[in-house]
Amino acid sequence: MSRPGRDDAPDRLYTVTQGRSSSGPDNPFDLVTLVVAECAPMPGMQSEHTAILRLTEAPTAVVEIAAELRLPVSITKILLSDLHAAGRVSARHPYTAAVPDPDILEQVLVGLRNL
Amino acid sequence: MDSAISDARTPASAPARTPLGAAADNGLKIVVVGGFGVGKTTMVRSVSEIRPLNTEETMTQAGEAVDDISEVRGKSATTVAFDFGRISLDARNVLYLFGAPGQERFWFLWDRLFSGTLGAVVLVDTRRIDDSWYAIDRLEHHGTPFIVACNDFGGPEHSPEAVREALDLDPRVPLVSCDARSRQSSKQVLITLVEHLQAHYAGPTARPRQEFA
Repeated sequence: MSRPGRDDAPDRLYTVTQGRSSSGPDNPFDLVTLVVAECAPMPGMQSEHTAILRLTEAPTAVVEIAAELRLPVSITKILLSDLHAAGRVSARHPYTAAVPDPDILEQVLVGLRNL
Repeated sequence: MDSAISDARTPASAPARTPLGAAADNGLKIVVVGGFGVGKTTMVRSVSEIRPLNTEETMTQAGEAVDDISEVRGKSATTVAFDFGRISLDARNVLYLFGAPGQERFWFLWDRLFSGTLGAVVLVDTRRIDDSWYAIDRLEHHGTPFIVACNDFGGPEHSPEAVREALDLDPRVPLVSCDARSRQSSKQVLITLVEHLQAHYAGPTARPRQEFA
């Protein structure tokens, strides 16, 4: 199976996040938050951080990063929080509202019709 | 029917990643939910600008926050895998289309994964309508607007009225037929959903009823 994470030993995930397994409810990253690198990878960085900084040279959604890294989404969010706290990535969070902005819905419709 | 069930493995010849434009700043979500083998991945693949990718989310029972992985080992962790694709709508808006299983164990990850989703497409195989009841019930419970799309598997035709009755569907919820293998047809399903969202949010009096196109 090529599914990320599932067959990995928990020890690997433990090491990747230094023991944290839950990104917690206050983690601001959404599946579709677009992440952008603010610096180049540096020697000695954790390999997952290096991989994220390379992936996010162009805006890249959290879920794409998780898929490319073959890590569960929650683990990916922890890694992104660390990089964000260190100022190494910036985050473009989705415009969320209880009721979607009519202008955004119209833009979605126009975009779909133009496919 | 080409059934590409949750198989998003990359052929060796697949092109490298296609990056988004630098101005992209708003990610949007639409979820395609349905039973096993109903064509979710096929639909995502039909309209996606990238090869569908596969990832997963894991959490322990009842949504407890667990800070120590030793605790995870003692509990039954639920893992839900899902496929997704991407459509760049314009320079700033990027739509992510998620194919998600409809089974029971999936739903307690819904809030965590798909809160803020624009809406959902319930993909139905009319030979196995029962598979869709649970998904429709949960979407109603979560207040997520949705439409129902019957994937055409070439079986006997079912009238829209029969499908609507079998699903006990609210008359305001659009019901369409589609061929998930077709880009044009899948695109039309998404357009129908977004038009439904516009009507849904414009007020209860403005919600049109739609039938098979």
